[in-house]
Amino acid sequence: MAINVFKFSSPATFYPLAGKMVPWFAFVAVVLMVVGLYLSLVVAPTDYKQGEGYRIMFIHVPAAWMSMLIYVVMAGWAVVGMVFNTRLSSMMASALAPTGAMFTFIALWTGALWGKPMWGAWWVWDARLTSELILLFLYIGFMALESSIDDPRRASRAGGVLALVGVVNIPIIYYSVQWWNTLHQGATIKASSESSMTDIMLLALLVMTFACWAYTIAVALTRVRRIILEREGNTRWVGDMLEDKSNG
Amino acid sequence: MLSALFCIIQRDLTLAMRNRSDVLTNLFFFIIVVSLFPLGVGPDPELLQAMASGVLWVAALLASMLSLSGLFADDHADGTLEQLVMTPQPLALLVLGKVCAHWLISGLPLVLMAPLLGLQYGLSGDILVMLVLTLLVGTPVLSLIGAIGAALTLGLRSGGVLVSLLVLPLYIPVLIFGAGAVEASAAGLGAEGHLSLMGAMLVAALLLSPLAAAAALRISIE
Amino acid sequence: MADFFAMGGYAFYVWGSFGVAALFMIVEPILVARSHRTLKQRLGRMIRMNSEVEE
Repeated sequence: MAINVFKFSSPATFYPLAGKMVPWFAFVAVVLMVVGLYLSLVVAPTDYKQGEGYRIMFIHVPAAWMSMLIYVVMAGWAVVGMVFNTRLSSMMASALAPTGAMFTFIALWTGALWGKPMWGAWWVWDARLTSELILLFLYIGFMALESSIDDPRRASRAGGVLALVGVVNIPIIYYSVQWWNTLHQGATIKASSESSMTDIMLLALLVMTFACWAYTIAVALTRVRRIILEREGNTRWVGDMLEDKSNG
Repeated sequence: MLSALFCIIQRDLTLAMRNRSDVLTNLFFFIIVVSLFPLGVGPDPELLQAMASGVLWVAALLASMLSLSGLFADDHADGTLEQLVMTPQPLALLVLGKVCAHWLISGLPLVLMAPLLGLQYGLSGDILVMLVLTLLVGTPVLSLIGAIGAALTLGLRSGGVLVSLLVLPLYIPVLIFGAGAVEASAAGLGAEGHLSLMGAMLVAALLLSPLAAAAALRISIE
Repeated sequence: MADFFAMGGYAFYVWGSFGVAALFMIVEPILVARSHRTLKQRLGRMIRMNSEVEE
C-alpha cells in the first residue's frame, strides 16, 4: 500500500488536519514556555560575571535560532511549492514569514537590551547583531513582495524565488559581516567571554527553544488556515464546510 | 548563441543611446550624492579621506539600483519581453545580455567617474586605482543581482521602491568587500583577499543570477 | 520576592526583554486567530446569502 505522499497536500484535506493540530501544539507551547521561564528565571544560577543580566540569553538565543531556522524552512517550503507546484507549500511559506520576522525583531530587541548593561551601548555593530538586522530586511522584503502582488499564484512563486535567492545569500552575508566585523575590531567592544554553561542553563535554553518551535508551528498552522480560506474562499469544499458548520 | 547575446547588447545600447538623458541622469545622481557628503560632514580632509571609499561605494550602489526598474520595464510595456521569452535561445542568456547592456550604460560610467570624485575626497594614486578596480569588479555584480529584483517586481505599482527593499540586503557583501578593499589598501594591508572574494562573487553572480532572473521573468509575465 | 524582580539590578533589561517577547508572543496568536475567525464568519455569511438568493 503506497503511502500517498500528497494525501495532505491539497488544501481541502489539510485544512481540517491543521485545525486539529493547532490546539495541541498551542498547549505544548504554553506548557514548555512556563517550564522554560521557570527554569531560566528562577532555577538557573546567577552568572559570576554578568550577574542576573545574562538571563536575557534564555530568550535572545532561542529567538535568534528561530529567526534563522524559520527563514530556511520558509525557503524550503517555497522551493517545494515551486518544484511540485503545490499551492499549499507556498501558502506555508507565506504563513511562516511574519512569525520569522517577529522572532528576528525579538532577537534584535533582546540583543540590544542585553548589550546595554554588558557592552554599554544599545546598538553595537557586532557581527551577529548586524547579520540579524540584515535577516530582518530579508524577511521584510519577502513580505513586501508577496503583499504587493495581487495575483496569489504569482505572489507565492515570486516569493519562492526571492526566498531561494535569500537563503543562498545568508551564509555569504553572515561571513562577509563576520569578516567586516573582525576587520574593524577596534570599533566594537568584544562581548565578555561566554560564561560557561552549566547543565541547568543548557536545559533551560533547550526547553525555551522547543517552546518557540511549538509556538511557531501553532501560529503558522493557524495563519496557513486563514490563507487557505482567503485564497480558496469561493471553492465548493469551503462552502460545504461552512454550511454544515453554520447549521451543524 | 553568442550572436544572440551580442545582438541583445547591441540593441539595448542603441536604444539607450537614443535617449541619452537616462545615462546622464544616472551618472549625475552618482556625482551629486558623492558631492553631498562633504557638505553634510564638513570639509575636514582627514575625515573625508577616511570615509571616501564608503561614500563612493554606497553612492555607486544607489545609482546602479536607481536604474534597475527600467531594465525590463519598457520591454515589458511594449511586448518585446514576450517575444524574447519565446525565442529559441535560453532566456537566461538574453537576460545576461540585457544585464551587460545595463552595466555598460549605468555601471561603467560610474567606474570612469570614480577617480575624479576620489580626488575630490583627497584620495591619492594607488588608493584611487584600488577604488576603480573594486568598482570595476563590483558594479557588474550589482547589476546582476539587481536584475533578479527588477524581474521579480516587473509591472508592480510600487516597483521602484520595492526593488530597493529586495535588493539592498543582497548588495551588502559587495559593499563590505568593495569599501573594505579600498580601506585595506589605504592602510597598507593589501587588498588581494578582498579582490579575490569579489571576483568569486562576480563569477557566482554571472552564473546564477541570470537563471534566477529568467525564472522570475517567466513568473512575472504569465 | 522583591529581589527576584530586582534581578540583581538588571531588572529593567531582563524584564524589558522578556516583557516585549511575551507581548509579541501573546499578541500575534490572538491577531492571527481573530483574523481567521472573522474571515470564516464573513465567508459563512456570504454563503448563506447566496443560498437564500438561489431559493
